[in-house]
Amino acid sequence: MIWTLALPELALAVSGLIILAAGVIPKQDTFFPVSMACVGALLLAAVLVLGQGEGTALGGHYVADAFSNFMKVLAIGAAAVGILLSLDFNEKEGLARFEFPVLMLFATLGMMVMISANDLLALYLGLELLSLPLYVIAAFNRDSSRSAEAGLKYFVLGALASGLLLYGSSLVYGFAGTTNFDRLGEAFAEPHGISAGVIVGIVFVITGLAFKVSAVPFHMWTPDVYEGAPTPVTAFFASAPKVAAIALLARVLLGPFGDLVAQWQQVILLVSIGSMILGAFAAIGQRNLKRLMAYSSIGHVGYALMGLAVGSDIGLRGLLIYMAIYVFMNLGTFAVLVAMRRQGRAVEGVDDLAGLGRTDPVMAMWMAVFMFSMAGIPPLAGFFGKLYVFLAAVQGGFWTLAVVGVLTSVISAYYYLRIVKVMYFDAPIGSLDRAPASLTVVMAGTGLFTLLFALWPAPMLAAAQAAATALLG
Amino acid sequence: MALGMARVMGGITEMVIGLAHYLTVGAILLVLGVFGIFLNRKNVIVILMSVELILLSVNLNFVAFSAWLDDLTGQVFAMFVLTVAAAEAAIGLAIVVIYFRNRGSIEVEDISTLKG
Repeated sequence: MIWTLALPELALAVSGLIILAAGVIPKQDTFFPVSMACVGALLLAAVLVLGQGEGTALGGHYVADAFSNFMKVLAIGAAAVGILLSLDFNEKEGLARFEFPVLMLFATLGMMVMISANDLLALYLGLELLSLPLYVIAAFNRDSSRSAEAGLKYFVLGALASGLLLYGSSLVYGFAGTTNFDRLGEAFAEPHGISAGVIVGIVFVITGLAFKVSAVPFHMWTPDVYEGAPTPVTAFFASAPKVAAIALLARVLLGPFGDLVAQWQQVILLVSIGSMILGAFAAIGQRNLKRLMAYSSIGHVGYALMGLAVGSDIGLRGLLIYMAIYVFMNLGTFAVLVAMRRQGRAVEGVDDLAGLGRTDPVMAMWMAVFMFSMAGIPPLAGFFGKLYVFLAAVQGGFWTLAVVGVLTSVISAYYYLRIVKVMYFDAPIGSLDRAPASLTVVMAGTGLFTLLFALWPAPMLAAAQAAATALLG
Repeated sequence: MALGMARVMGGITEMVIGLAHYLTVGAILLVLGVFGIFLNRKNVIVILMSVELILLSVNLNFVAFSAWLDDLTGQVFAMFVLTVAAAEAAIGLAIVVIYFRNRGSIEVEDISTLKG
C-alpha cells in the first residue's frame, strides 16, 4: 500500500479541515483570510501533483499518471481562479461567509478523487464529494428565491444522476464480478466476458456522467442552475467540475470499457452532435448572459466529446487541449460577468453591456477577445481547440461529426459576435462600475493566454500528448 | 447458480428466491423512483423520497450480486452508498427548508421562476 502516492489529496483534505477550524474560531469576519488560505492550499496541492510519482495505490482504488496530473492541475487552477472571482462579489452581495471557499476546496478534493479514481467505488465517492458542496454553493445566496430554486433543481437532478450512475455501477459489478478498473479491463478484453447486463450498466454510467457534464439530452438543469446561482458559483460550475467530469468520462470509457468502444461510440456520437446543435440554436434567443453562457457551455461540451467519440489517441489529445483552452476563456468571460455592476447592483443582461467599448475599453477588449475565441476565430486559442478535435474527427473518418461541428460553430458565432456588436456599436446606457483589481487580474491573465496561445502551443500540446498516451497505454 | 426456479418437493411447489427475483425488485424500485421524480406534481418531499428509493434499489442490487458472486465488494459498496445517501438527504432537506422560507410553498408546480 503506497499511500504517499495520494499525498496531494491527503494534504488538501487535511488543510481543508484545518482551515475550517481556523475559520470558525475567531469572532470577527474571516472570509478574506480563509479564501486566501484555500487558494494557498490549492496551490500546495497543485505543486504536490506536479511532483507526484506514477502508479496505483490504496488497494488499486487510486491511480496517478500523466493523464490525472494534467487534468488535476487544470481543475485545481480553475478552482483557485473560481475563489478569486468570488472575493469581491461575495463581499458586495453579503455572501462573504468563510464556508464558501472551504466548500469550493472540498469540491476540488472531490474532483481530484474523481480524476484519480481507479475503481467504481472511488469514482462514486469522488463524484459525491464534488456534488454535495456544489448543491450547497448553488443555493448559497439563501435569501434569494432564485438561488434557492437553482440549488433545489441542481440537487434533485444531481441526485437522480448519481442514482442512475450507481445503478449502472451495480450492474457492471454484478455481471463482470469486480469494480476495479484494471480487472474490468481484463474481463472485457475477451469477447465472452461481455453480457447484456454490462452493456446496460455502461449506458447507465454514461447517463449519470452526461448529467454531470450537462450534455444533451441531460442538459435541462443547466440554464436554470446557471442563471439562478450567484455569478462566481456559475463561473466555478462551468469550469472546474466540467474538467473533472470529462476526465472521468474519458478514463472510464477508454480505460476499463476501452475494448467495448463499438458499444459506447454511437452513444457518445449522438450526445456530442446533440450538444453541439442545442448549444448553437438555444443560445440565440437568450437575453440573459448567464443563461447564454449555460447554452454555450453545453455546445462546448459537445465539441470536447467529439474527441472522445473518435476514441483514438489523437482524439483524446484534442479533448484535453479543448478542455484546457475552454477553461481559460470561460473563466475570463465569467470574470467580465462577475464585474458587471451598475451603481452597485449586479446586472447580467446582454443589453447591459451596451456601449462598453466607450465606457470601459479595457474590459470591452478582453470580453471581445473571449467572444472571438469562443466563436473559434483564428489566431485566438479557441480556434486551436476546435482545430484539434475537428482534425481528430476527420482523421478518424467521422465526417458527420466534423461537418456538424463546423456548421454549429458558424451558427454559434452569431450570438458571440452579437455581444461584441452590442459592446462597440450600441449607444451606452450608463457606464458600469469600475472592475475590482482581482477581476482585472483574472481577465488579463486568461485574456493573454487566449491571445498568445498560438505563439507557444508546444508545451500544452506535449503535456496533452503525454496525458493521452498515459491513458491509452 | 439458482436464478430463481421452482422445484417440487414432496408434492409442494417450493419457490427458491434467486438473483433474478432480487434484480427484478431492484429494477421495479428504480423505475418507481424515476417516475416518482418526473410524474410527481405535488411536493418536493416526494421527490426526496423517490431519490431514496433509487438508492435503495441500487443497494438491493449490490447486496444481491455480492451474495451471488460470493464477493464482499458489493456489501462494502452498499455501506458507502448508505452513508452518502444520509449526507445527501441532509443537504436536500436543508435546501428544501431555505426554498420554503423564500417562497412559502414546496409545490413542484411553483418551482418555475427560472425559465426561457
